[in-house]
Amino acid sequence: MNTSSLQPPASPRIGLFVTCLVDVVRPSIGFAAVRLLEAAGARVEVPLAQTCCGQPAYNSGDREDTCAIARQVIEAFAGFDYVVAPSGSCAGMLRRHYPELFETADPWRARAEDLAGRTWELLSFLADVMQADIVGDWPARATYHDACSGLRELGVKTQPRSLLAGIAGLELIEAPTAETCCGFGGTFCVKYPDISTKIVDAKLDDAAATGAGLLLGGDLGCLMNIAGRAKRRGVPLEVRHTAEVLAGMTDLPAIGSGRG
Amino acid sequence: MQSTTRLFDDNSRKALADAPLQQALGKLSSNFTVKRALAAARLPEFEALRDQARDIKDHVLAHLDIYLERFEANVVAQGGVVHWCRDADEARATVLAICHEAGARTATKSKSMITEEIALNDHLEANGIEPIETDLGEYIIQLRHEHPSHLIAPAIHLNKNQVEATFRAAHTDLPPGRNLEEPRSLLEEARAKLRRRFLDADVGITGANMLIAETGSIVTVTNEGNADLTMTLPRVHIAIASIEKIVPTLEDATTLLRVLARSATGQENSVYTTFATGSRRTDDADGPSAFHVVLLDGGRSSLIGGAFQDMLRCIRCGACLNHCPVYGAIGGHAYGWVYSGPIGSVLTPGLIGIAEAAKLPGASTLCGRCEAVCPVRIPLPRLLRQWREKEFEQGLQSKTARFGLGLWAFLARRPQLYRAVVGVVMRILGRLARRHGSFYNLPFAAGWTADRELPAPEGRTFIDQWRARAGGHR
Repeated sequence: MNTSSLQPPASPRIGLFVTCLVDVVRPSIGFAAVRLLEAAGARVEVPLAQTCCGQPAYNSGDREDTCAIARQVIEAFAGFDYVVAPSGSCAGMLRRHYPELFETADPWRARAEDLAGRTWELLSFLADVMQADIVGDWPARATYHDACSGLRELGVKTQPRSLLAGIAGLELIEAPTAETCCGFGGTFCVKYPDISTKIVDAKLDDAAATGAGLLLGGDLGCLMNIAGRAKRRGVPLEVRHTAEVLAGMTDLPAIGSGRG
Repeated sequence: MQSTTRLFDDNSRKALADAPLQQALGKLSSNFTVKRALAAARLPEFEALRDQARDIKDHVLAHLDIYLERFEANVVAQGGVVHWCRDADEARATVLAICHEAGARTATKSKSMITEEIALNDHLEANGIEPIETDLGEYIIQLRHEHPSHLIAPAIHLNKNQVEATFRAAHTDLPPGRNLEEPRSLLEEARAKLRRRFLDADVGITGANMLIAETGSIVTVTNEGNADLTMTLPRVHIAIASIEKIVPTLEDATTLLRVLARSATGQENSVYTTFATGSRRTDDADGPSAFHVVLLDGGRSSLIGGAFQDMLRCIRCGACLNHCPVYGAIGGHAYGWVYSGPIGSVLTPGLIGIAEAAKLPGASTLCGRCEAVCPVRIPLPRLLRQWREKEFEQGLQSKTARFGLGLWAFLARRPQLYRAVVGVVMRILGRLARRHGSFYNLPFAAGWTADRELPAPEGRTFIDQWRARAGGHR
C-alpha cells in the first residue's frame, strides 16, 4: 500500500471516531481504519471520552440524551483536522444531524456545524480527501451492500468501489438491489424482528444470486445483521467490512464466524 | 374508517404469512420502482421539477386561506357549490344530503382516499344509497368488503385467482362455466358489469388530485377513464377533496402532473387527466346539471404552521410505498388505517392521534429511500423521528424499550463507567463465543437472536487495546 497526493495539511491530524459497534464487537475494523489512514499519511488519535454517536437515542425520540451525547462528542473531537468514522451511519449522524439538534442561537450549534464540516466516513475520506492509492492482492468474488445512511446522507457509493479496484484478484459483482436496505435500522431490527427478517432475507437472496461468496460493506450494523441471518439460514456467504479487506486483514474470521 | 393500527404487530405477522400478498409484493420493484427510475432518468429536468413541485405546495400551504377562497369564488362563478367540512361527520352528512336532494338510489364512485378516510360507503349504504366503486381495483375490493392496500393500486394485495373467485361469488347471474383464465376476461366482465351502473347512477362521486384556485376546476388522474364516466354521466357530480389539494394556477397543476405520474407508475402522463370546471352549460354536449365540491379539513388545518406541515405537500403518488422495505414486506393493510407506507406512518398519527398510531413511526428503518424519491421532497425520515420524539415525551413506548434505552443512555453519557462496563461484558462474551463466532441465543437480545445469530465480540474493546498500546497517543 502506498499513498499518492495528499491535500493540505500534508499530514492531517485525525480523530478516529471508532463507533460503538466497532469498539465493542469488532475492534479489527478500527485497527484497519488506523492502518489505512496512517498509510495514507495521516496522524491518527483516538479520544478516549467517546462512547457512541447517540443514534439509539436519536432514533428512539430521546432528544435530551441525544443532545448530551452530541455535546460530549463535539467536546472530545474539538481541534482535529478531520474526524473519521468507519461507518456511514455514525458519520452521517455527526455530519447531517448534530447541527439540527441545536437551535441557531445555541452556541453548541456553531460547534456542531464545525464538527460536521470536519467529519468524514472512512472510505470516502480515503478516496476523496486523502486520494489514497491502495494496492493489495486477494482473490475473491464479492458483492457490495451500500448501507443506507452512507449512501443517501453522505453520497458514499463510488469511493469503496474505486478503492477496492486496487485489490488484485478481487472481483466485484453488483446486485441490482445493492442500494436496498438490509432491514437492520438500529433498534428497528429488535422492535420489529419479523419484518426485519423478511427484509434481510431478500437482501441475502439477492446477494446469493450474484454468485459471490463474499459480501462487503462499510457499516458494521448492517454487516452483523446480514452475517447473523446468513449463518442462521445456512447461507454460505462471508461478510466483511471493506476497511479490513483494504488493509489486508483478510486472515481474520469473517463477521460472525468462529476460530474453531 | 376505524383504525387497527394498535394491532400493527399482529397485522404484520399475518401479512408476512399471507402467500398471495407476498407474491404480489414481490412485483412492486418491477412494476413501480424500476419504471419510476427510468422515467426520472428520461427527463433531464426531473430533479428541478421536484424542487418546483415542493415550492408550489409550500407556497400554497403558507397561503391556504387565500387560495381556498379564490377557488370557492371561481367554483360558484361556474355554477357550482362548495361545502366546507370540518371533519368526517360533516363531510358524510353533506354528501348524504346532496344525494337525498337528488333523490339518488345509486352513486358511482371513482377512486378517492378521502372517501375511505371518512368511511363514506358505509354511511351511504346505511342510508339506503348504494355506492358503486368503478376503479377496477376498488370494484374488486368493494366486492370483498376490503379496504385499499395501496394509494394507487388498491387491490395490489390480491392475485388473479382471488379476483376470479370473487367475481364468481358476486356475479351469480353469469354462467358458472364461463372461462375467466385470462386477466383480460376478468377485466371485460367487470367492464360489462360497470357499464350499466355508470348509466344508471344518479350521483357520481369523485376524488380530486388537485383543485385549481384560478379556475375553480378539479383535476382527476386515472388510467381507466372511470372518473370521466363517473363525473359526466350522472345528473349530479360531487368532488370530494381535502383542503391541501389546492394549487394556485393551471400552470402549477401541470408542473405537479409532470412529477405525479412519473413518480407513481413511471408513465409520463396517466392515461386520463381531466380538468372539470363547473356544471353543464347550455351548449355543453354532456355533463352534470349540478356540481358540488366537498372540502374536508379532517385535522389538516391543525398541522399548518407546525412541525409536521411538510407532510401536507403529499400528492399521493405512492412512490414512498413502492420504495419502502417495510411496506414491501407487509403491504398496506397491516398499517391499520387508510394510509400506509412512510406517508401513512407520518400522516396517520397526525390525523387520528399519536396514541392510536404509536406503532407506526417506529416501523421504519429510516433508510431514506422514501425521501430520495418523493416528488415533493417530504423529509419523511425526519418527520418519523419527530413522531418518535412525541411518543417518547408522552411515554408511549414499551416499558422494556424505555428501560433499555435509559440504561444505555446513562452509560453512554459517562465514558469512564461505560468503558468499565463494556470492557468486562465484551471480554466475557468474546470468550464464550470464541469457537462458534456468534450466539444462537442470548436472553437480553432475544429480538435479535429469534431469527439470526448475534456475531460475537472479538473480546477486548478497541479502546482498551488502543489504550494499552505504547506510544504518545492520548
